[in-house]
Amino acid sequence: MQQQLQDVFDRYTGEQSELIPILQDIQDVFGYIPSEAMSETARFLNLPASTVYGVTTFYAQFHLSPQGRNRIHVCQGTACHVRGAEKIITAIQAHLGIAPGETSQDFEFSLEGVACFGSCALAPVLVVNDTVYGKVTPAQAVDILEALR
Amino acid sequence: MPTLTIDGRTVEAKPGATVLQTALDAGIYIPHLCHDEQLEPYGGCRMCIVDIDGSRGLPAACTTQVAEGMVVRTDTEPVNRVRRMVCEMMIADHPDECLSCTVNQTCGLQKVAAYLGVRSQRLATTGRQAVTDASNEFFHRDLRKCILCGLCSRVCHELLGVGAIDIAGRGFASRVTPFGDTGIGESTCESCGQCVDICPVGALTGKNEALPPVRTVNTICPYCGCGCGMELGIRNNRIVRVRGDRGNPASRGSLCVKGRFGLDFVSASDRLTTPLIRRNGRLEAATWNEALDLVAARLIAIRTAHGAAAIAGFSSAKCTNEENYLFQKTMRAAIGTNHVDHCARLCHASTVAGLARAFGSGAMTNSIAELEHSDCIFVIGSNTTEAHPIVALRIKAAARHGAQVIVADPRRIDLVRFAAVHLRQQSGTDVALLNAMMHVILQEGLADEEFIRARTEGFAAWRPTVIDFTPEQGEAITGVPADRIRQAARIYARSRQATIVYSMGITQHTTGTDNVLALANLAMLTGNLGKEFTGVDPLRGQNNVQGACDMGALPNVLPGYQAVDDAAVRDKFENAWSAALPDQPGLTVVEIMHAAVAAEIRALYVMGENPMVSDPNLNHVRKALAATEFLVVQDIFLTETARMADVVLPAAAFAEKDGTFTNTERRVQRVRRALDPPGQARPDWQILGDIARRLGYPMQYRHPAAIMAEIAAVTPIYGGVSYDRLQPHGLQWPCPDADHPGTPYLHQDTFKRGRGLFHVTPFRAAAELPDAEYPYLLTTGRVLYQYHTGSLSRRTQGLERIAPPGTFEIHPRDAEREGLAGGDPVRLYTRRGSIEARAIVTSRSPEGTLFMSFHYGEAAANTLTNDALDPVAKIPELKVCAARLEKRPDTTGGR
Repeated sequence: MQQQLQDVFDRYTGEQSELIPILQDIQDVFGYIPSEAMSETARFLNLPASTVYGVTTFYAQFHLSPQGRNRIHVCQGTACHVRGAEKIITAIQAHLGIAPGETSQDFEFSLEGVACFGSCALAPVLVVNDTVYGKVTPAQAVDILEALR
Repeated sequence: MPTLTIDGRTVEAKPGATVLQTALDAGIYIPHLCHDEQLEPYGGCRMCIVDIDGSRGLPAACTTQVAEGMVVRTDTEPVNRVRRMVCEMMIADHPDECLSCTVNQTCGLQKVAAYLGVRSQRLATTGRQAVTDASNEFFHRDLRKCILCGLCSRVCHELLGVGAIDIAGRGFASRVTPFGDTGIGESTCESCGQCVDICPVGALTGKNEALPPVRTVNTICPYCGCGCGMELGIRNNRIVRVRGDRGNPASRGSLCVKGRFGLDFVSASDRLTTPLIRRNGRLEAATWNEALDLVAARLIAIRTAHGAAAIAGFSSAKCTNEENYLFQKTMRAAIGTNHVDHCARLCHASTVAGLARAFGSGAMTNSIAELEHSDCIFVIGSNTTEAHPIVALRIKAAARHGAQVIVADPRRIDLVRFAAVHLRQQSGTDVALLNAMMHVILQEGLADEEFIRARTEGFAAWRPTVIDFTPEQGEAITGVPADRIRQAARIYARSRQATIVYSMGITQHTTGTDNVLALANLAMLTGNLGKEFTGVDPLRGQNNVQGACDMGALPNVLPGYQAVDDAAVRDKFENAWSAALPDQPGLTVVEIMHAAVAAEIRALYVMGENPMVSDPNLNHVRKALAATEFLVVQDIFLTETARMADVVLPAAAFAEKDGTFTNTERRVQRVRRALDPPGQARPDWQILGDIARRLGYPMQYRHPAAIMAEIAAVTPIYGGVSYDRLQPHGLQWPCPDADHPGTPYLHQDTFKRGRGLFHVTPFRAAAELPDAEYPYLLTTGRVLYQYHTGSLSRRTQGLERIAPPGTFEIHPRDAEREGLAGGDPVRLYTRRGSIEARAIVTSRSPEGTLFMSFHYGEAAANTLTNDALDPVAKIPELKVCAARLEKRPDTTGGR
């Protein structure tokens, strides 16, 4: 891990304002932000580790645990909520056995609820690995996921 | 000054002040929860919103700067309606447990709710799941009560520079937490408790604060030389709470873990409560009359048989000025000996000797508060964060404001986090480092020639001695890369206002005086003296070591550094004291030990010192104390030294007596009686009066104030000091007369000795260096959680659990070579003795160097240390000796 982190740090100067880009790079490398990486980032930027932890946990984009190969985002914005987002989540949850914020044991899938994608015309919206699926039904959602295995 | 209108009142504000601070200063209450004047404006709680003419919306008063002509309304219904809503939302998340809460009636949320007329929990509770955490030794965290004002995490970051906690998560999941949501006991928290002090609600509370105090007494912390003001909360003759005194100019309300949580010793069950006399080899309880009569009779007998020079005394840097004054007066006037010294010999004797030679005064030149405004702080041989935690806060603040900090220390101490440069010189090579820096300053034309010409002498003779000493030569001796030496020299010399801060790492060497003189040279060379925010600042170790020196608890000077061998001075004191005084300087601490072994010193009177742990080469100290015919120890505990005594006299602790301490910045501050002493224990000043009377020298005072009046009369630097003038901020000496305001910084227009004097300081190696037989360099120091010989700090169990005895630091490469893992037991050997200790494997200490703290009698580092002396100051070389180690079989299964 040390070498991979060093490769990330080598791209930066050590200014404290570089914290978020560094965390993004680390997540690109590891798929999540390991605890040791936060400590090392704190050392590199001469910041208290608690501050790095505070920033990492503030942003939904950062994950503190390894994520599944496929990242599922279910929109829970107002429009999607009205058009049945909860049912989609319930279906996925029943199918994969994971709640929002969790990752399946085989690390194939991570499930997350998201506040709004801004694609309300397509509600309810499901986004899997940056691909947007509009007007999905619970059954379609399960099919989309199964196709990815 | 901008003028504004608040609630119809015309108020003058400081330029740049906030509306909130201006209103509060004017006595206008605006409800607030996240504001503290010591922290940056935050604007988090939205409680201080106000209505300002011409302003859009309702701005937060704490983040709005005043402007000329501003019209502010703080208490209108539209404003209060919004505040009430915010308050109700906080209360919805807050457990309804006020009656059983520690901060009931002092709670900030209660105060705000009462002001706004919020009377019930109107909004449905959200059922927040929040942690409670008892993992800190001294305080509880109950995050159910947390209102997320952020005061605790901001004080930890902004004021302490620790940053153990921060707000993590977002929205409803927000919480104040250490890294990784661990218990705070596993975090980088230093347990200073500043967060507990500042928490407006019951989320952070002291573990021992179940009962609130019924009265409070303001006094001065008994630990280190920072001289922090503390407010003792008293109930049932015990200290039940300690708070920082915000009005104290040295500490401004801050305290470290020892000051806030480490006062258990005062009411410890093993305090001495009765005099003890050795009978048939055992110390047995006796009456005061028996004990005092015996002390006087034995001292008189020894003086009759062997002369007054056969009697010596150790005064105490823990006792008050008044008591130190009486101690040396007793030794000199009642007994007739100048053999009086104290632990300053072991810490700053080289400072007193060196700075007195260079400048004419051996004290810290500038003030603690000034550090914050320096452009450059050169910290050398001072682990400030651990040994002087509150002074370190000012250095960290300076760094935050953009000052360049240079740290010169073999170990990677905490302040390195704030440093622009870290110079890791090998222990004992400071003179070479400093000479090389001064070479760079001369070579590159960075010297302040005007200052040198106008204010100093000896420059022409000194200059050739460093002009050929290049950074490369410096590197060869110190191990610091030449370029880094250059960099440090340039930063220091180019700063407009640069300060030097140093401590034992400079003084406790056989070259201690040279080290100090070299620092004096550096400051004079760059003109960093005699003005604000500059100077040479030795940090004094004990709460009153400055005062003990000022009071003449030294063998060569009477109070106020007036030489005993000056006939005019002696005349003055002989008249004032109505006694004949010895005219030859007496012996120093280590010399007294040698003289005791040689049977030249027959009786030793020890007040509040513990040489059996604090002094170098303890096996020799034990021999010396055993060799005395008569040993008196006056202390609050049966210390390692007291156990060897013939008579033990029980004394009152700092909280049980009136008096004054003088802190490291020469500030004389009032110490106040808050408790009754236990049993028959009595204040040292009363005991000394009774001893002197029995020696045929009447010396009675009704109160320490009367002693201070006498001190002022004979001590010019304390001439204007009196108890009524010490409220509320104390006085910094020199304070020659009753109208003098005291002196924040020395040498303003002229040095005490006239001109500052350059001294030639060639590099000399330490007395004992690693060799084939003893391959490691052993150095000693303090840790944050313990203090000195542990008599005080080790009686607080929490401190003892955080910093248990018997460990030493070793570099990972050395550990690997020795086959050691963390926690492995070893036996450490030097030419003087050996002790058992367990390894802490860390790169904090450099390769080849072992570090050990000296606080613990049962694993006493000073069994190992070298008592070789600096030829001038007679300070022993506690910081460098040669050691070897042997791995031991682990019989306890490690820890």
